[in-house]
Amino acid sequence: MLSYLAKRILYVLPVAFGVSLFCFLLVHIAPGDPLTSVLPPDASQAMQDELRKIYGFDRPLPVQFGLWLMKALQGDLGTSIATGRPVAAEVWRAVGNTLLIAGLATVIGFLFGCFFGFVAGYFRGSYLDKFASMLAVLGVSVPHYWLGMVMVIVFSVQLGWLPPGGAGPGGSAAWIWNWEHVSYMILPAITMSVIPMGIIARTVRALVADILNQEFVPALRAKGLMDFGVFRHVVKNAAPTALAVMGLQLGYLLGGSILIETVFSWPGTGFLLGNAIFQRDLPLLQGTILVLAMFFVGLNVLVDILQGLLDPRVRRR
Amino acid sequence: MALEPHPDRGGPGTPLLQAKTLTKHFPLGGGAVVRAVDGVDFAVMKGETLGVVGESGCGKSTTARVVMQLIPQDKGEMLFDGEIVGGKDLTLKEYRRQAQMVFQDSYASLNPRLTIEDSIAFGPTVHGVSKANAILKARDLLQRVGLDPARFAARYPHELSGGQRQRVNIARALALGPRLVILDEAVSALDKSVEAQVLNLLADLREEFGLTYIFISHDLNVVRFISDRVMVMYLGEVVEIGAVEELYNDPRHPYTKALLSAMPSMDPDNRTMEAPLTGDPPNPINPPEGCRFHPRCPHAQTICSKAKPALVVTASEDGTRRAACHMEIPGSGHSRAPSLEVAA
Amino acid sequence: MTAITESAPAIVVPPLAKSPGYWAGVFRRFKKDKVAVGAGLVVLAIILMAIFADYIAPADPTRSSMLRRLRPIGTPGYPLGADELGRDMLSRLIHGARLSLFMGVVPVFIAFVFGSVIGVAAGFFGGKFNTITMRTVDVFYAFPSVLLAIALSGALGAGITNSLLSLTIVFIPPIARIAESVTTQVRGMDYVEAARASGANALTIIRVHVLGNVLGPIFVYATSLISVSMILASGLSFLGLGTKPPTPEWGLMLNTLRTAIYVQPWVAALPGAAIFITSISFNLLSDGLRSAMDVKG
Repeated sequence: MLSYLAKRILYVLPVAFGVSLFCFLLVHIAPGDPLTSVLPPDASQAMQDELRKIYGFDRPLPVQFGLWLMKALQGDLGTSIATGRPVAAEVWRAVGNTLLIAGLATVIGFLFGCFFGFVAGYFRGSYLDKFASMLAVLGVSVPHYWLGMVMVIVFSVQLGWLPPGGAGPGGSAAWIWNWEHVSYMILPAITMSVIPMGIIARTVRALVADILNQEFVPALRAKGLMDFGVFRHVVKNAAPTALAVMGLQLGYLLGGSILIETVFSWPGTGFLLGNAIFQRDLPLLQGTILVLAMFFVGLNVLVDILQGLLDPRVRRR
Repeated sequence: MALEPHPDRGGPGTPLLQAKTLTKHFPLGGGAVVRAVDGVDFAVMKGETLGVVGESGCGKSTTARVVMQLIPQDKGEMLFDGEIVGGKDLTLKEYRRQAQMVFQDSYASLNPRLTIEDSIAFGPTVHGVSKANAILKARDLLQRVGLDPARFAARYPHELSGGQRQRVNIARALALGPRLVILDEAVSALDKSVEAQVLNLLADLREEFGLTYIFISHDLNVVRFISDRVMVMYLGEVVEIGAVEELYNDPRHPYTKALLSAMPSMDPDNRTMEAPLTGDPPNPINPPEGCRFHPRCPHAQTICSKAKPALVVTASEDGTRRAACHMEIPGSGHSRAPSLEVAA
Repeated sequence: MTAITESAPAIVVPPLAKSPGYWAGVFRRFKKDKVAVGAGLVVLAIILMAIFADYIAPADPTRSSMLRRLRPIGTPGYPLGADELGRDMLSRLIHGARLSLFMGVVPVFIAFVFGSVIGVAAGFFGGKFNTITMRTVDVFYAFPSVLLAIALSGALGAGITNSLLSLTIVFIPPIARIAESVTTQVRGMDYVEAARASGANALTIIRVHVLGNVLGPIFVYATSLISVSMILASGLSFLGLGTKPPTPEWGLMLNTLRTAIYVQPWVAALPGAAIFITSISFNLLSDGLRSAMDVKG
């Protein structure tokens, strides 16, 4: 187990390094001098040179990368051009908000996905199965930002049940766990849950169908176990993979929430990214993407390790 | 046809292929090494069939792949009709026209997206034969391996039976006009009745085209049927080699004896009384010191775990019979070894 | 050396009745799949609509009218209503199919070409080249595709070319990974060994024996990315990173109509419905192809 852990962590280091390099280069693939993104438009030549020194843009690229990486490792992601505040602080607050709805969306998606997948796998070939399979295709085909709009149209504009967007009366700064605030989470979370729901349903269906085809199931039935006993065994065998998929989906949602957050004006990372793009705030863009990608990488490793703990067969891969 | 036959340089009675200390090790993670082929020496005479037998994992197939140069050897060299394979007189590409191989899995060895005739014609086109000529040659070869070209040439592999596919593979191997054909378990996957037909076909083709075979199989009966000489391998080494009837009737190496005793015999008077194989199954990752067979050998003595026995001439008048066992080496220190005086 | 005696006059190879090949079987299986055939017809209709948009569309998609802003569906002369600038929605949707289809298909196609070359080379040659390539691919896998597309587009700036570039970069790694894995499988097959044993060089083996067996699965995988590409491209436009007004593009239309959901909600939702229908049709078509071509995974 320890060697497996070490192997996983050793494997992820070059990936993490590559991710940082990519994020660093993002600012440099942007058209024009990277300095123009941090300069006021009327800056004098002297001020330009001054800032070039301060930002280190006068040094060779590898040196710049090294310095940037050192700072990033210490939690310093630079300064936002638009707000003048440290990028790290902005990103962390936004990540918290994103985790809130992404987490809720994952839970909703997981529960419904498991339900549909299980039903479809258990009654293979029936109409229920076809319905669940269709739902999975719908889940991956729907443009979720549009689904968000439709949700707002139906539940806010037409029915008036839930607020159309924002994070509550006091914004995210004055968040309280009461219905007034939670109601703002519901529509974005449900919209977002559609993405993992389809994928989890598809995975669980395949798992259940696979397990029911294995020899131990008729054996259990032969032993006189009732359907509930079979059900318990199926759950026990399908759970590790289903949970792994759920973990990965949470990671996808963290990155994929951008468009949905824009629709609902939810003050998360997506909203932050939207602003960064709109204002061409490249340090903010870079910092947000670095944090989200690292989160995703870390989550992948965590899922792998947990899977290794639950299922010894995984370790041998 | 299109490709000119190769002249016989050394003349009949000289070896077509000589393998000298062929060695192939596969490194595993963590410093472990699979000694798949470990210093193998042998020669194949022109026009003969050399059978190669041994348990799975003994290095038969790796030997075949090294001889075919699908994987390069780590050590050792091969002479083909007196010329170094891959040297300046016999390039690898040229060698591959003269040596061909038939694999065990008849389905996996045919490209599923090519028709039978296209598969057979591929090799000659690589060597500069025009497509039209290659196709004509392919149809001719199909006829010779017993498949009606009008019916089979334009079919796809999945439309054929296993035996038919293996005939196609044989035709494909013959398309380049080779002198040496390596048959790696080529009939092992076939039904017994089909196997017999394909074996007879192989024997006929050998006469017709003047071929030399290296015939690899785990099936001792099949090897006895088709081979002139047999080579027995154990954990990447040759333990015994000799003319087929001599070797089957009077095996010298305990491993050969055990192998043959495991062979079902129809004749109750002709049973070997040797004990069947016992002990740990062979593992090429950490082969034992000394004689590699000693942990499973009923006659093992101290010397066997200390020194590796050389492949020495034994028990035959013409010196073609060799075995690697301390019991055959005069003065080896084994109590059953012949005394030095007798040998001298 | 290689001695060849070609007979000079042209040789006539009598043609033989060919067995129905692989593609005949694929077509036969595909025809039986009613859902996939239906989806294929929808895709075909959308493609025709995009090509002949100039003839089909009842009005000029860019002609605005301040008097007829945000008309409901069914308004005379405006069968699907009018948008926030009084332009005919139906005509804009028909013309919008062009860019949406373009952004769905072209990035995936370019990525298919590059990804296949990279993946097949990595899979066939193996070794260090494979390790380096696949590790680079792993880095891109550390980004959810939406994030990667937005990061690249955000850094490069708005515009169709930049969106196209970002989406292509997004799809190359996954296609390369699939191509690498199928090629690795095929490389281990005995027919590739047999081809090597016949003295063929790597390029010939790839051309004759590898491509025919790997392009199918890679292609099927690539078709499943078309709907992703469309949704992502529209999403980029939705964020203001794609095309610029007044070009009709479904994602951009969705963006500019966002504020109209309080006035004409269903008109505002139409462009998204168009994306949805096209994307689901491509997905169902891709699923049908997958089972007809018997691609696993």
